[in-house]
Amino acid sequence: MARRELPEVSAGSMADIAFMLLIFFLVATTMDVDSGLARMLPPKLEDVPEDTPPIKERDVLIVQINSMNNIAIEGEPADISQLKDKAKEFIANEQKLDNLPQWEAKEIIVKDKAGNVVVNLGMIEVRKGVISLQNDNGTSYETYIAVQNELVKAYNELREDMSQRKFHKSYNDLDKNQQKAIRKIIPQKISEAEPRNIGK
Amino acid sequence: MAKFGRKGKGGMPAISTASLPDIVFMLLFFFMVTTVMRTADLKVKNQVPRATELKKLEKKSLVSYIYVGQPKKKFRKMMGTEPRIQLNDAFQKISDIEQFIISEREARDENEVPFMTTSLKVDVDVKMGIVTEIKQALREANALKINYSAKQKVE
Repeated sequence: MARRELPEVSAGSMADIAFMLLIFFLVATTMDVDSGLARMLPPKLEDVPEDTPPIKERDVLIVQINSMNNIAIEGEPADISQLKDKAKEFIANEQKLDNLPQWEAKEIIVKDKAGNVVVNLGMIEVRKGVISLQNDNGTSYETYIAVQNELVKAYNELREDMSQRKFHKSYNDLDKNQQKAIRKIIPQKISEAEPRNIGK
Repeated sequence: MAKFGRKGKGGMPAISTASLPDIVFMLLFFFMVTTVMRTADLKVKNQVPRATELKKLEKKSLVSYIYVGQPKKKFRKMMGTEPRIQLNDAFQKISDIEQFIISEREARDENEVPFMTTSLKVDVDVKMGIVTEIKQALREANALKINYSAKQKVE
């Protein structure tokens, strides 16, 4: 049997096939990055350990939004533009005022997976403030997000300050462990109350 | 100067197209890698609010989306104008969320489950009532990592 040479496959149509695929992916692609405000929900009620100590009144900043989208801080009507500064004042409590959150000296140490100490900032007074956000069922989502945004901004700015003070660098330029240390000093505590209807 | 002039004699040589497939393949691979398949068709009005302190959603394969908003015009006859929830491709009720989260979980690898995020794409005109109900349902389903979808605010 004489073996016949296989005829060479023409590669001329390769470009056409590739073009077809290319066009398909071009059409099917969405390029926009999804972004948003990251949040953790509190676990289900029965999962909460029962021996949590009660939180003192001075440690809580109550922010309320009613169905008319008006904002109140600790019962006082306020504008959204004031919210960030009020929140910052509350969280930081620079002057250690009696009506603002208590503090507790904590040792700020970050360990890596092997158990080695990577960042050690020593004893730092950590504030215990919690921001409690209460909204009405009639509150518009837009206002709610605006308020959340202001609160997150307050925390971010304080973290930025702290990072400048401790590491002389911007928070975004720190490595992961340093960021973790800063997050330990200024933990983000925004609590959302169980839903209910507050003042119309 | 005349040196350069000589080259043009005899018309332009044809540009070789032999490298065309290579170029096209390069583009093709780029798009294949960056592509995220277009997700469900939106049946609700969905204009997310704007904010400044955004975080990017990482690992899109681990994100499940919940859309909330007024039904679009062509569905109004059936669904009315009250804000509705859309999971995947269909209108759903609050009570379906738990099942939805469970099925999303089953579709993923077990050790990826703790990193799963639920992205709430809620329209700006929606009231908090429905959002709160969704949040309660998510707590019930133990899907605690959420992300309020928002766009960058231009200041």
